[in-house]
Amino acid sequence: MKKPEEIFELLKIQFGDAIIEFGNTLPVEAIISVSPLQIQNIGKYLRDNEELKFDSLMCLSGVDDANGTKLKDADGTDLITGGTLSVYYHLHSVSLKHKLTLKVSTSRENPQVESVENVWKCADWHEREAFDMYGIIFLNHPDLRRILMPYDWEAGYPLRKDYKNPEFYQGMKVPY
Amino acid sequence: MYQFLYNLISNGIIAGFIVAAIPLGVILLYALFAIWLERKVSAHMQDRLGPMRTGWHGWLQTVADMLKMIQKEDITAKNVDKSLFNIAPVLVFAGSFAAFAAIPFSSKLLGSEVEVGIFFIIAISSLVVAGILMAGWSSNNKYSLLGAMRSVAQIVSYEIPTALVILSIVMLTGTLSLDKMSQMQTSYFWNWNILGGPHLGLAKFLLIPFMIVGFIIIYISTLAEVNRTPFDIPEAESELVAGYFTEYAGMKWGMFMLAEYANMLAVSGVVSILFFGGYQSPIGYLGNLTGVHWLIPFEQGFWFLTKGITFVFVQMWLRWTLPRLRVDQLMTVCWKYLIPYAFINLIIIGIISLL
Amino acid sequence: MPLKTDTMILNMGPQHPSTHGVLRLELELDGELILNVKPHIGYLHRCFEKHAEVMLYNQIIPYTDRMDYLASMGNNFGYVITVEKLLGIQIPERVEYIRVIMAELQRIASHLVALGTNGLDIGAFTPFLYLFRDREKILTLFEMTCGARLLYNYMWVGGLSHDIHPDFQRMTKEFINYFRPTIKELNNLLSFNQIFIERTANVGVLPLDTAISYGITGPSLRGSGLAFDLRREDPYSIYDRFEYDIPVGQGLVGTVGDCWDRYYVRVLEMEQSLRIIEQAIDQIPDGNVQSAIPKRIKPPKGTVYGRVENPRGELGYFIISDGNTNPFRVKVRAPSFVNLEVFGELCKGHLVADVIAILGSIDIVLGEVDR
Repeated sequence: MKKPEEIFELLKIQFGDAIIEFGNTLPVEAIISVSPLQIQNIGKYLRDNEELKFDSLMCLSGVDDANGTKLKDADGTDLITGGTLSVYYHLHSVSLKHKLTLKVSTSRENPQVESVENVWKCADWHEREAFDMYGIIFLNHPDLRRILMPYDWEAGYPLRKDYKNPEFYQGMKVPY
Repeated sequence: MYQFLYNLISNGIIAGFIVAAIPLGVILLYALFAIWLERKVSAHMQDRLGPMRTGWHGWLQTVADMLKMIQKEDITAKNVDKSLFNIAPVLVFAGSFAAFAAIPFSSKLLGSEVEVGIFFIIAISSLVVAGILMAGWSSNNKYSLLGAMRSVAQIVSYEIPTALVILSIVMLTGTLSLDKMSQMQTSYFWNWNILGGPHLGLAKFLLIPFMIVGFIIIYISTLAEVNRTPFDIPEAESELVAGYFTEYAGMKWGMFMLAEYANMLAVSGVVSILFFGGYQSPIGYLGNLTGVHWLIPFEQGFWFLTKGITFVFVQMWLRWTLPRLRVDQLMTVCWKYLIPYAFINLIIIGIISLL
Repeated sequence: MPLKTDTMILNMGPQHPSTHGVLRLELELDGELILNVKPHIGYLHRCFEKHAEVMLYNQIIPYTDRMDYLASMGNNFGYVITVEKLLGIQIPERVEYIRVIMAELQRIASHLVALGTNGLDIGAFTPFLYLFRDREKILTLFEMTCGARLLYNYMWVGGLSHDIHPDFQRMTKEFINYFRPTIKELNNLLSFNQIFIERTANVGVLPLDTAISYGITGPSLRGSGLAFDLRREDPYSIYDRFEYDIPVGQGLVGTVGDCWDRYYVRVLEMEQSLRIIEQAIDQIPDGNVQSAIPKRIKPPKGTVYGRVENPRGELGYFIISDGNTNPFRVKVRAPSFVNLEVFGELCKGHLVADVIAILGSIDIVLGEVDR
């Protein structure tokens, strides 16, 4: 079992600049921030290294950090420009029984993160859901399309903090 | 029966109609009873009560269902092949009903005195296959087509073990006519075919185990012929919605259901005639005892219906206990197990009957 | 000249008697053989995560009930454990014991539905009704406690909504004595029935490394041979005080990891849950179940990921708090959502009838898949 600080040291040695910082937010979780375009290599290393062996991805969540500048739109609602969208990865090892949390942050205007689908197959649908709800593009994902919303939903990404419901969808009135 | 009526009213056509109408009446009344029985049997096996409100313990439920079905709107989808779609249920019911022409309900009540009774029954039941395929194809629905194909494969395959076992009985009794077969198994239950047949001797006792094997094989094969669980893939509710009669509504669907129950009685009747003495009573006749000789045909009718309904009850019992076999397992059971056993059975019975 | 054949696309649409909810399966068939299966979900999406951002922490609890509506207590349990981790409060012993008993009763009830519907899809109509009759007894216990039969809203942050009824312990013991023999009856009727074995053994085999890579958890993972149970690996609440085994699929009638193994693991788990309830029911201490419920829930800034072992797998809640009374982000890692991913892999090369058997053995609930 390894502590998060030890894992941070190991990753820093291996990947250098791609590992950004070690956040120790209380309560509970220690989070390692890494660079979004290197996450696939980091994931492979974490999975294959004998001392770490993180062979199971528990959860992959998109988060809207809402830390940009808030402007008012034409009809009074909030619009956020700038700021970041993040993706949190919760990893866990079945054999060595330790846990880890990784975080990547990418810009709100052009969110691009490398897909870890070929490291942990479970990420397939989780990344589709993050794309569906936040608009984060996962590079090299085999089949990136909407999963929970209808396939032809044009009105944006629902879980963003500045999302507004459209008036009509295929001729049906949306707010009722 | 026909002769008797002809002597009574001396008009061939009306006598013929009456002779045809009596089994039809019996089937319809029986279907009423059988559907109620199925619902009560399944309910009590599943630890619940079943219909209780329409009449005493719900016996009028089927009447209520029939009334409801008759007044239902006959919905047909747009792209169906109209002529085939309409004829299919008629064909299926006709095939099942026509089999009753050669089944003797009692010594005096026989639809038609064909000499080739059992052969006629096997042949005419194949009309049902054509009807099912028409139903599946004309529905213009992938599910129905899948269901119809499976059903046809199943019925056609399982006719072979049926025919082999029937052949072995025919070899034993030497006649194709069901009436003569029933008459041969007279007097008491130890003269029934399942216990070796009416002629006492070494052959009778040697035959008993093979008769039992033959009975089991034919019972399983006829279960498959009438599409009952564990062979009800064609109407598997949880897989193909309702198989080949998905698109049928109202009375047309009612015809398919009637045909299924009529078929069940027909095959139960055939099995009971072949092995269990047909309309013969196991314990002698009250008519003989009291001297009221015209009572005997009615008693025989009663015994025949009892045996038929007992086998129908066992079919229902199996339906609510066993899960369903998959299509390829169904075919495996037929071709790799039932047919070889039926064949070997046939040969052995042939050898024994030479003794 | 070889015949040019085309593959048929069959749609097992959102409304279907045996897809356990509104799930659309697009099957690409070659005759009866399956080449590819694409599940389409989202028909029951009710935007739980968006709702959670505008409600108070304790107002979210009824919403968590409705995700996996067949294992409501488990959903509540996961959520309140996560929020209590964030707040760092201590809860009374009585509350812990009652929570464990309710969660285990819920596990039995949920497995009864799973086994019954699995049998129903295969064609066995009767075990379904027998199991539901037994489930009624559990639902009576729940109704006695909190008034609801399916969606309880019972476990609150820091305690419970109602204390247990004075007759609860006696009736639970009666239930335990009644239920043990019925598991044997189920085994005789369904589990070792030759036709059922033929339909489910060697069908939908899930190898262990595929299972771990796809993130499968719960009875499906244990059916593939790995004894991984969150109640033992990452103990939450007071599970470390009880003795119970972890049933594992051993390929008794087929290969390890086939549908029959997943089915049988669930049967054995019900027995183990009975053991836990037996041990816990006598040890409930006295106390007030509502003494530790905070008046205003305003956790400090931070993130937390809490997980519980639900009947269907690992249910995880990832909560980000920014110091307000509403959570900033609640993400639910639903076990059925993750378990459904592997469905396409499992079905390749089987027949149409096997699709239903495999879907029944993975045991999904669409409320959870779509949230």
